[in-house]
Amino acid sequence: MQRRVVFGNRLLPYLLLAPQVAVTLIFFHWPAAQAIEQSMLLQDAFGLRSQFVWFENFEAVLADPNYLHTVRVTVVFSLAVTVLSMVLALLFAVLADAGIRGRNVYKTLLIWPYALAPAVAAVLWMFIVHPDIGVLGRALNDLGVAWDYRLNDTQALSMVILASAWKQVSYNFIFFLAGLQAIPRSLLEAAAIDGAGAGRRFWTITFPLLSPTTFFLLVVNLVYAFFETFGVIHALTRGGPGKATETLIYRVYVDGVINNDLGGSSAQSVILMLVVVALTALQFRFIERKVHYA
Amino acid sequence: MNARRIVDLVPHAVLILGVLIFAFPIYMTLIGSTWDAATIARGNLPLTPGGEAAFNYDAAWNEGRGERVTGTPVNIMMVNSLIMALTIAVGKIAISILSAYAVAFFRFPGRMLFFWMIFVTLMLPVEVRIIPTYKVVADLGLIDTYAGLTIPLIASATATLLFRQFFLTIPDELVEAAKIDGAGPVRFFFDVLLPLSRTNIAALFVILFIYGWNQYLWPLLITTSHDMQTLVIGITRMIGNGESATDWNLIMATTVMALLPPVAVVVLMQRWFVRGLVDSEK
Repeated sequence: MQRRVVFGNRLLPYLLLAPQVAVTLIFFHWPAAQAIEQSMLLQDAFGLRSQFVWFENFEAVLADPNYLHTVRVTVVFSLAVTVLSMVLALLFAVLADAGIRGRNVYKTLLIWPYALAPAVAAVLWMFIVHPDIGVLGRALNDLGVAWDYRLNDTQALSMVILASAWKQVSYNFIFFLAGLQAIPRSLLEAAAIDGAGAGRRFWTITFPLLSPTTFFLLVVNLVYAFFETFGVIHALTRGGPGKATETLIYRVYVDGVINNDLGGSSAQSVILMLVVVALTALQFRFIERKVHYA
Repeated sequence: MNARRIVDLVPHAVLILGVLIFAFPIYMTLIGSTWDAATIARGNLPLTPGGEAAFNYDAAWNEGRGERVTGTPVNIMMVNSLIMALTIAVGKIAISILSAYAVAFFRFPGRMLFFWMIFVTLMLPVEVRIIPTYKVVADLGLIDTYAGLTIPLIASATATLLFRQFFLTIPDELVEAAKIDGAGPVRFFFDVLLPLSRTNIAALFVILFIYGWNQYLWPLLITTSHDMQTLVIGITRMIGNGESATDWNLIMATTVMALLPPVAVVVLMQRWFVRGLVDSEK
């Protein structure tokens, strides 16, 4: 894939690439290689000497019941965030795409949360659901619900899911809206003339034609739930109570930064890299397929 | 006829409900920033504004400390967040447009190797390589510096791919004509390519500004001194364990000021941003 007409300078292209390549090598490739090397080393208690142990760190990580618990939390958390935020976004997008009055106002009012940091979203919700000072938290307790997301596992997990999904709806909304606007009106009109109702038109025309967008968002939302929600968890629950809201990325942070277990944390990083590689590969395979059909 | 009218109202009702779900937490934060700490700590926060707004915002902006919290003044954190967001946005755009230019408009040994080298960084989000990257930055003596805060986040496969994609759509005739008129590669870049890329740059700027402003894990590790703290980190540092009796009034005032700049950028540049977002991810 290259253009026919090009410039014939020998040195210039290397100079143009130099800054990007330098940053990439120093801060991406080198640390990634380090993570892989570190994941196969075992350090002594003082961090003075280390020994090459092949895959022992991985075996230790994968055999740790705590780690498997974290994997389960991550799966539940990521699926819940993805499904919740995508379903809501699709609902809003379908409604805003129909020729409704004031659609541009609705659009703006639904898009702005994109600007919020995940951690800030968590703080906004914390102020509402805090059991002592939050409007909703107090109301729940007044109603006789024993509400304290700082002590109850399920409530804590629901809160990090809610805050993470709430922040992500606007992103999905933007993409669903763009996807909906690309669907030819003539198809929908023809179906309407043939007597298909709104529900039937949605399930037999809109939803299938939207599947590239849906699939793309599925991958992006999983990546978001895996990595970017660190701020939500750190701000809201610190992984607690116990380990009820500890996801894989939060655990890398706890083991590597707080517990200073470099080998174990690096092994976890490498496992996460494999997850990203798999997700990215999935996405690109799919995009290739889309190009074929288009 | 009447039933029909009610059915027509349902979409509006659902959308308004959606808008309210998004607005309500912001509303309560605004309200919280207008009352005193004691009222909030007692759990008596009303649903209407109080009279302490001027005091709270002044204290948060200039002092950053209350009776229980000792944080960094917002005026310092605001500058840090701005420097971080702007450096990341401008830096990513600059180095990406240059490398995309090299890959799209030149033929040279190692071209595909470099392209893939940049491309695979898509698969290495900062969260995944956090500990070793931290070590590299520490070894370079960049802890608690703006360079350490921004440069490791500045490489961008997404922006490079977007610019390359756009450059490939520029007709060969245009390049041909420029060459016949005697324009070299540098001249062509500044006089033709850069002006043509204006909309792409604007759209990317919004997305990358938000990305930089909202960074969390990286500044959490890289900044240890109060003077280097960014707004998003500053808020959660003030909250600590989230006790009821803390200076929630100041925390809420800080939160409002922390979310104002990125929200303003998104709302004011909505058109570019929506287009750019959809384009850059495809």
